[in-house]
Amino acid sequence: MKKVLEGSMAISDSIRMAEPKVISAYPITPQTHIVEHLSQMVADGDLKAEYVMVESEHSAASVVLGASACGVRTYTATAAQGLLYMEEVIYNIAGMRLPVVLTVANRAVSAPISIWNDMQDSMALRDSGAIQLVAENNQEAYDMHIQAYKIAENPNVMLPVMVCVDGFVLTHTFEVVETIDHIEKVREYLPPLNMEYTLDINNPFSFGTVGEPSVYIETRFRLSNAINNSKSVIVDAANDYREMFGKYEGALIDPYKMDDADTVIVAMGSVLGTIKDVVDELRESGKKIGVLKIRSFRPFPADEITDALKNIKNAIIIEKAVSLGKGGILSCEIRDALYQHRINSVNVNGYIMGLGGRDITPKNIYDLIIKAEKQEDVDGEFYGLNNELLNKVF
Amino acid sequence: MLTNILTKEDTHKQLFTMGHTGCSGCAQSMAVKLIMEVLGKNTIATSATGCLEVFSTKFPESSWNIPWIHSLFENSAAVASGIEAALQITGKKEGVTVLSQAGDGGTADIGLQALSGMFERGHDVLYVCYDNGAYMNTGYQRSGLTPYDSFTTTSPSGKISFGNNRPKKYMPEIAMAHKIPYTAVASTGYPIDLQKKVKKTLSIKGPKYLQIDVPCVPGWKYEPRYSVKIAQLAVQSGLYPLFEAEYGKVVSVKKISKRVPVEEYLKLQGRFKHLFKNEAGKAEIEKIQKIADENIEQFGLL
Ligand SMILES: Cc1ncc(C[n+]2csc(CCOP(=O)(O)OP(=O)(O)O)c2C)c(N)n1
Ligand code: SF4
Ligand SMILES: [Mg+2]
Repeated sequence: MKKVLEGSMAISDSIRMAEPKVISAYPITPQTHIVEHLSQMVADGDLKAEYVMVESEHSAASVVLGASACGVRTYTATAAQGLLYMEEVIYNIAGMRLPVVLTVANRAVSAPISIWNDMQDSMALRDSGAIQLVAENNQEAYDMHIQAYKIAENPNVMLPVMVCVDGFVLTHTFEVVETIDHIEKVREYLPPLNMEYTLDINNPFSFGTVGEPSVYIETRFRLSNAINNSKSVIVDAANDYREMFGKYEGALIDPYKMDDADTVIVAMGSVLGTIKDVVDELRESGKKIGVLKIRSFRPFPADEITDALKNIKNAIIIEKAVSLGKGGILSCEIRDALYQHRINSVNVNGYIMGLGGRDITPKNIYDLIIKAEKQEDVDGEFYGLNNELLNKVF
Repeated sequence: MLTNILTKEDTHKQLFTMGHTGCSGCAQSMAVKLIMEVLGKNTIATSATGCLEVFSTKFPESSWNIPWIHSLFENSAAVASGIEAALQITGKKEGVTVLSQAGDGGTADIGLQALSGMFERGHDVLYVCYDNGAYMNTGYQRSGLTPYDSFTTTSPSGKISFGNNRPKKYMPEIAMAHKIPYTAVASTGYPIDLQKKVKKTLSIKGPKYLQIDVPCVPGWKYEPRYSVKIAQLAVQSGLYPLFEAEYGKVVSVKKISKRVPVEEYLKLQGRFKHLFKNEAGKAEIEKIQKIADENIEQFGLL
């Protein structure tokens, strides 16, 4: 059914379809609407779940950890400071191979405190072992959450999945979303969670034991394999979803107008909408330009990205996060992917933009395309700064 | 006196078995054994990071013959909340005890927020704090439950210091302030009393808090054979009042049967030996006696 939904409503509605049994909730803008909608569903009996109103994000993550270890499907959501506060627990959930799904309503990290969108928060967890998928619009946010459970709960994966949605830009914006009419279809796509090891009085196991130097590194190696191998599971989840529900927004990556392109803009999340508008216009005037959407940031699809970019002249990478003391994160990883395949014919232009909710305008994107055509290799340059502010004392 | 000697096979059948790497004389391991005897096998347990977790689960071995999970240092109560929620929604809670465990540091310092949340939300969880009065697992550093004047490695005694200069945080009263159905304080010096209290928790729904005084051989610096005696002296001196409270009100106390001066308790432990060096130390012992006297008065222990 087609509905006009706020992003948060779309997400909570798809969570309702996935039928988690334990939900933990702690408010933080711009995530809060999601758990508010869910609490209403529980209050109205539309979703049969234990809704645990915790006293912090650390406990929000710990509650779903404990519940997940009992073999039940779980959900939580957070953003920014809340995600950083959860970080210790997310590493733990991944290390214990628990298939928790959480939404990150991407938001800038303090200081200065900002409730507005960028991707610094989820980037800070990129090494945690959690899978990170990034949604472009509300439709994809809806579809991606159902896929997220399918991926997380695959016996060869068994990892937490973070579904990243841009705060405000998606969470608070109304768009047309086509929702699934029959929950039975979702149940068919997403069979009940079946975990091999759970906290079960009839079959006692110890979880989270001490890993001496003689065993620790092997557990991390297996974790590393699990997240790397999840690539094919992410692809299957997207393909099966298309078959069942007729919707497809890409799997690991999603190329747009890339055939014959010599300049390609690479990005994640909602900014892709603006970028695609610009590209559509330029294509009409005959420019050979395309877009590469990164849908899975972890696992990082290095081979797929290389394959997509290897024959182009300029890659423009737009990212809303920075590794302070280094530069771009996504641009660095793309450079590394190309280097791994010994491809040095692509000019990689990495820009840091849109931090703390600064608009990324079509004009910005036109400018970058013109710059890219004139220039070679920019790494993690801040773009779109107001120079007047740079010499002021804050 | 030991009345029945257990064989190796017997102990392997226990829910918390031998073979762990705890120190000889570790009262925390005694407490766990006593608790598990009462709770039985229909128990799911969490442990915070700390001595117990480390000495009982060196991979691939585990002393736990029940489902057990360790996540982190400060979230034992939150993990237990999640387990309880999962059991409730799947209809598996009836007849199953959720046991949440942590040391004094994991309870009264870093885990206090998660614990308060668990209490306030009313989860049907038995929370046990093994109080050995310091961060033992990391080498005897001061915690909020370290007693007054105790030496620890971060509150050492020195030329101008008598060690920890703050009184012990009164954690059971913090629990009681949540008006939870049951709060109790027990000691490994009195195993029958301890087990009686654990047994009582089985019939109470909602959050239960049990704090147990568990002497620690290397942290308190005494000979392993004194583990039980020291725990008894803590009670008999009035320094560790044993009592039960329901919905925030004290309902029973364990009376002191043979009162001893605090000096008897302090002198057996290396962590207080700096108090026995000079007149100034004597004055400190008087202050500690005053703490005991106040406890005796407050709880009516005589
Ligand atoms: C967040 C965090 N901070 C610090 C530590 C280090 N740490 C591990 S166990 C421990 C002490 C535990 O003390 P307590 O809770 O009293 O238990 P005990 O070992 O004394 O039984 C500390 C400080 C940790 N594991 N995690
Ligand atoms: S250090 Fe203390 S608490 Fe830890 S195992 Fe030894 S006696 Fe027990
Ligand atoms: Mg301790």
